[in-house]
Amino acid sequence: MLKFILKRLGLLIPTLLGVVTLVFFMIALAPGDPARIMLGERANAEQLAQLRSELGLDQPLSKQYLLYLGRVIRGDLGKSIVTQQKITDELTDRLLATIELAITSTIFASILGIVLGVAAARKRNSWVDYSTMTGALVGVSMPVFWLALVLIMIFSVGLDLLPTGGRMNVRLYFIPITNFYLIDGIIMWFREGKADYFVSALKHLILPTIALGTIPLAIIARTTRSSMLEVLKQDYVKTARAAGVPERKVVFRYALRNALLPVITVIGIQFGLLLSGAILTETIFAWPGIGKWIYHSISARDFPAVQGGILFISFFFVMINLIVDLLYSVINPRIRLK
Amino acid sequence: MTDTATIETSATGTGELLGIDNLSVSFHTRRGVVKAVRNLNLKIREGETLALVGESGCGKSVTAHAITRLVPMPPGVIESGIIRFRGTNLLSLPEKEMRSLRGSKISMIFQEPMTSLNPVFTVGTQIAEVFVTHEKLGRKEAFARAVELLDLVKIPDPAKRAKSYPHQLSGGMRQRVMIAMALASPEPGLMIADEPTTALDVTIQAQILQLLNELKKGVGMALLLITHDMGVVAETADRVAVMYAGRKVEDAPVEELFANPRHPYTVGLLGCQCSAPSNRNAVRLTSISGSVPDLLTLGDGCPFANRCGNVKNECMESFPDVSTAGEDHEFRCHNPITESGASS
Repeated sequence: MLKFILKRLGLLIPTLLGVVTLVFFMIALAPGDPARIMLGERANAEQLAQLRSELGLDQPLSKQYLLYLGRVIRGDLGKSIVTQQKITDELTDRLLATIELAITSTIFASILGIVLGVAAARKRNSWVDYSTMTGALVGVSMPVFWLALVLIMIFSVGLDLLPTGGRMNVRLYFIPITNFYLIDGIIMWFREGKADYFVSALKHLILPTIALGTIPLAIIARTTRSSMLEVLKQDYVKTARAAGVPERKVVFRYALRNALLPVITVIGIQFGLLLSGAILTETIFAWPGIGKWIYHSISARDFPAVQGGILFISFFFVMINLIVDLLYSVINPRIRLK
Repeated sequence: MTDTATIETSATGTGELLGIDNLSVSFHTRRGVVKAVRNLNLKIREGETLALVGESGCGKSVTAHAITRLVPMPPGVIESGIIRFRGTNLLSLPEKEMRSLRGSKISMIFQEPMTSLNPVFTVGTQIAEVFVTHEKLGRKEAFARAVELLDLVKIPDPAKRAKSYPHQLSGGMRQRVMIAMALASPEPGLMIADEPTTALDVTIQAQILQLLNELKKGVGMALLLITHDMGVVAETADRVAVMYAGRKVEDAPVEELFANPRHPYTVGLLGCQCSAPSNRNAVRLTSISGSVPDLLTLGDGCPFANRCGNVKNECMESFPDVSTAGEDHEFRCHNPITESGASS
């Protein structure tokens, strides 16, 4: 098992190198002169040249690339042009907000998706199956930003049940501890003996979680259903039934574990996408995460920030894939032992 | 057991373990109704090995699945019949009671040892599951019993093997594991072996059959052996029932059937063996000409009529009644082979 992990970690190096290279050239080769865009139309040649040398843009591309690579390896993503803050600091501040939302969305989507998928497979061609799968189709087809707006219209504006955006009620004068507000809320609960922080954090999470989790939910439900149908046809399910194992156990212990193999891969990919693809949702719900930050960086033409943000997200995506692979081998002994 | 499920018949007095009366099973498919098993009667005595023989698709496996009530429904429908197991009609048992019989008094092994074991659990865990289910043992204790069983089916180093996953074992080993699982019953009654050796090498086949024979004697269970291999039948069975297109056409003790087959289909099956007299020094093996009829379009006549060398007009019109030839030998044919081997 240790050998397997080391091998997979070794493979991580070329993958990350590829990511760094791609991110660099994507931004470097994008049309437009960053210096001119940043300084505006009226900047003179002298100002442009000064900014270019500041950013290292007057160097040949190959040298720029090597310099960039060297900095990235040392963990230096440069400074934001707009705020003049170190990009790594800005990112880590926002990363946890994004991760918190990605985790709650993934949990929401996985649990509900697997339950619905299994139910649809067991009651194949019944109303349970048809309604679940129709719902899943609608869920996949729905634009996230539209769903987010509808949710706000109904639950925040109409029913006044949940907040429209942000992570916590500003009146609570709250200083983050771990920056996972749910966990911070629990800590405050113990410290101050009141659940206000936790409840507020939870309330702020509900709508973004549903908006962000709906597409993954639909995909996970469909994958679970088809995988489960396939597994229930297998001989070993018949063996378990012939051994007198109760049907519930046949489904949830014997079949589900096999059926989950492809589902885990899907969940991992979806989690990665949630980390990177929450730009619209974070913007709509004023969620101070990486997505919203990248959105603002793009609007402000803050190239180093965009570069750093994309690299950061890619890095997490790759790491999550690794974790999924490791998890997969825990469930599937055939991979582990090869 | 419920009172309604208990049937008083004279058959229970004669050491009958399993009795099937007039069983019909159909499958409702998009193309129409497939009559997979029609008016089947079978009897297995305590400790006996009955071989159920026939070509693919003749209803052998469906019969086995009907006994364990594992026929997928829908599309399957048990149209009629009674399946008596020690006097209890299995077909009217509540599902919960049926489940407690499965794996304890009626166990089953399947044709494909490669796919019949769950790939994500160790074989020991899978055998242990039977003890957990039927004897309410704890996991640890059940696992220890599983190791004992692996030893019983002659798997070397059973303690280590119990921790193996199915893909780490050979086909023969896996079939031994399947047998161990079937033996995990607290009270061995009937083991149904659905073509247990078909997917195995010939040498392994012999080992598995020998193992089954030994265990059967040791444990005192009855065996319903489903096969299309007359060689396997000769080595293992006490009695043989021959099925064709959902019907039982002949039923006799094994020596009697081999020495004195009456139904032309049985004669054909025996003739297909490599060791049959007609195949000695032969360049081509003898085969039964034609193919199995489509079960969707089967009429009232004898289903074998279109392939039968002894066919008469009445064969097309009606399925023959039971005829007997000596003790315990039944067949259904309008124009049977006579004892001398020629047709009448």
